[in-house]
Amino acid sequence: MFFHWLEKNPFFFAAGISLVISFAGLIEIVPNFAKSAQPLVDMKPRTVLEIAGKNVYMKDNCMSCHSQMIRPFKSETDRYGDYSLSGEYAYDRPFLWGSKRTGPDLHRIGNYRTTDWHEAHMLNPPKIVPGSIMPAYDHQFENEADLDTAYAEVVTVKNVFHTPYGPEIKKGQAAWDAHKPKVLEDAKKIAADMKDERVKSAIAEGKVPEVVALIAYLNSLK
Amino acid sequence: MQSNAALEYDYSLAKKFTFLTILFGILGMIVGTLIAAQLAFPELNYLLGEYGTFSRLRPVHTNTVIFGFTVSGIFATWYYLGQRVLKVSMAESKFLMVLGNIQFWLYFIGALAATVSLLLGFTTAKEYAQYEWPFDIVVVLIWVLWGVNMMGLIGIRREKALYISVWYYLACFLGIAMLYLFNNMEIPTYFTSGGLGNPLHSVSMYAGTNDALVQWWYGHNAVAFGFTVPIVGMIYYFLPKESGQAIYSYKLSLLSFWGLMFVYLWAGSHHLLWSTVPDWMQTMGSAFSVVLILPSWGSAINMLLTMKGEWNQLTDNPLIKFMVLASTFYMLSTIEGPIQAIRSVNAIAHFTDWIPGHVHDGVLGWVVFMIMAGIFHMAPRMFKREIYSKKLMEAQFWLQTTAVVLYFTSMWIAGITQGMMWRAVDEYGNLMYSFIDTVTVLHPYYAIRALSGVMYLTGFLMFAYNIYKTMTSGRELTQEPQFRTPMA
Repeated sequence: MFFHWLEKNPFFFAAGISLVISFAGLIEIVPNFAKSAQPLVDMKPRTVLEIAGKNVYMKDNCMSCHSQMIRPFKSETDRYGDYSLSGEYAYDRPFLWGSKRTGPDLHRIGNYRTTDWHEAHMLNPPKIVPGSIMPAYDHQFENEADLDTAYAEVVTVKNVFHTPYGPEIKKGQAAWDAHKPKVLEDAKKIAADMKDERVKSAIAEGKVPEVVALIAYLNSLK
Repeated sequence: MQSNAALEYDYSLAKKFTFLTILFGILGMIVGTLIAAQLAFPELNYLLGEYGTFSRLRPVHTNTVIFGFTVSGIFATWYYLGQRVLKVSMAESKFLMVLGNIQFWLYFIGALAATVSLLLGFTTAKEYAQYEWPFDIVVVLIWVLWGVNMMGLIGIRREKALYISVWYYLACFLGIAMLYLFNNMEIPTYFTSGGLGNPLHSVSMYAGTNDALVQWWYGHNAVAFGFTVPIVGMIYYFLPKESGQAIYSYKLSLLSFWGLMFVYLWAGSHHLLWSTVPDWMQTMGSAFSVVLILPSWGSAINMLLTMKGEWNQLTDNPLIKFMVLASTFYMLSTIEGPIQAIRSVNAIAHFTDWIPGHVHDGVLGWVVFMIMAGIFHMAPRMFKREIYSKKLMEAQFWLQTTAVVLYFTSMWIAGITQGMMWRAVDEYGNLMYSFIDTVTVLHPYYAIRALSGVMYLTGFLMFAYNIYKTMTSGRELTQEPQFRTPMA
C-alpha cells in the first residue's frame, strides 16, 4: 500500500507534506498579490514625522487594542466614517489593521479628533473619556521620537519599493541633514496646538517628543 | 547493537527542555494574568512605568507562551519520544547530542533576549511575528538545528516505519519553517539608508492588504503547526502509552493527518472577513474552515475511541483525565473556530473578546493540558522516580478545568455583548451606544477572566511544584513503568 511505503521513506514523506501544505499559499495568495494593493489615485505617502509617529504607534503597540479597518456595515460607517478601501493601505508597511477593538477603530480618527484632544487624552484617558480603561502614555512626552530611523525607513521604501517620495529623499547623512529642518517645521506646527511644558521646551531645543510624532500620524489617518 | 535488552535512552535534552517549558510557562502565564487584570483594573498598568502597560506586555505574553512555553514543550517531548518511537538513543550519535545542546543554549539565550527586545518596544508589529530581524535569524537557526537533529535521528533509526507522532513532528518542522520565513521577510532600514537610524529597525517586504494576507496565512497556520500538529503528535504517543491501549484506527489517523495538512492552510483568510481582502479569498477561508472540522474531529474521536472499553481508567488515573479533557477541548475549540469563520457570525465576533476566548479554550484546555500530561508521563521515566503527589495532581486538574470554563464563558458573554452593542440601533436607526458604553459594560467579565487567570496560574505552579518534588524526593523506581505512570 502506498502509505505504508511512504511511512518507511522519510524523504518522500517530508516532500509529500511540503507539497500538500504549499498548495493553499500558491493558489490563495500568489495570484492576486500585486494587484490587490494598488494605491488610490493621487495618494501621498506619509511624511518623515508621520512615519516616526507610526513607529511610536508600533512601539507602544496601539494595535493591540485599536483597529484600523472600518468594515462595510452601516453600524461601522455611522460610527467611524467611510468604510476602508484596499488602496488606502498601499504604502503601509506593515499593515496595522489590528485584530481586537478594546478601544475604538482609528482608521479615520484624523477627521474627528484634534491635536489638543489627543494631547489631553494621552496624558489621562479617563479624564477625557470617563470609564476609559486605556492607560496614560506619559512617557511619550518624555521620550524623543526617533527621527533618524523614520528617515531611514522613508529612504528604504523609496529606493526598494518605489514609494513616490520626492527627489530630496536620498541615502546618507548629508541628505538627512538637509531634510531635517522640514521635519522639525512639521513638528513645530503640531506642537503649536499643544500646552504641555515638556513638549514646548523640547521643541524649542530642536527635539521632537514621541507624542508630537504620534499626533502627526493620528492626524494623518483620514 | 542491543538486540534483546531494552535500549538505554538519553534524556538529558528532554530534561533541559522540560525545565524551560516550566520556566517559560510560569513567566508567560504571570504576564498573561497581569494583562487580564489590567483590563479590569487599569491602575495595574502603572507597575513598571513605560514597560508595564497592557499594550507593551501583550506581545510579551503571546510570544512567551508560544515561542517559550509551547515550543520548549515540543522540543522536550520530541527529545523524549523521538528516540523511543524510532528505537534509537540520542547517545548513539555524538554529533546529534552536540547539535541538540547548541540548539538548547541558543534557544534559551535567544528567547530571553527577544523578550527583552519586545519590552523595550522593538517590534515589527505583526502578531506572533513581532521579533525584529536579528531575532528572526536566531529563530531560523534554532529551527534548522532542530530539523537537522530530527532528520539525523530518523536517519539512524532502527524502526523503519515512522510512527504517527513522527509524521506530526515532521509536519510541525516543515510547516513552521515555511510560514516563518515568508512572513518575516523584511528589509533592515539601516543598511539601505546609508547607515541611518536604529540598526534593529526593518520594514516589511509586503504592503497593506498583501501584508495582511501573508500575516494571517502565517498567524492562523502558526497556530496550526505549533498548537495543533505537534500536540496531536504528543497525544498519539502519550495516550496509548499511558493507557496501554492501541490507537483505535490507523485509517482514521491517515485521513486526519493528510486532511489536516491539506485543509488547514487555506483557512487563514477567515481572519480577514469583511476586510479589504478580495471576496473570493474570504469565501475560501470560510469554506475551508468548515471543512477543517473533519480532520480535527477525526483525530479527537480517534483518541476518545482509543479509550473504548477502558473508561474506568478515567476514574483512577488523573493523567488519563488530563488527556481526555485535552481531546474534548480540542473538539470544542475546533468546532468553535469554524462557527466564528462563518461570515454572519464573524461580523459580530470579530474584534471582540470572543476571539481571545476561543484562543484560550484551545490553548489552556488543549495545548497546556496536553503538554503537562506529557511531562507528567515523562517525569518518572526521565528521573526514575514516582510522581510526588496524585492528590495534588487531582486538585490541579479541577482548579485548572474550572479556570478554563470561567475564562471562555466570560469571554463568550463579553464578546457577544460587545458585538451586539456596537451594531444596536434605536427605532430611528441611530446607534444606541457610544463606544465607551460597550467598554464599561465588560468590567465584570474582565474581572472574572482575571480571576480565572489567577486560578490557572496557581494550578500551573502546583504542577511545577509537583514535578520539582518528583525530581527531588519522589520514591525511586527500580524498573521503568510500562504503561500507567506510578504516583504516590
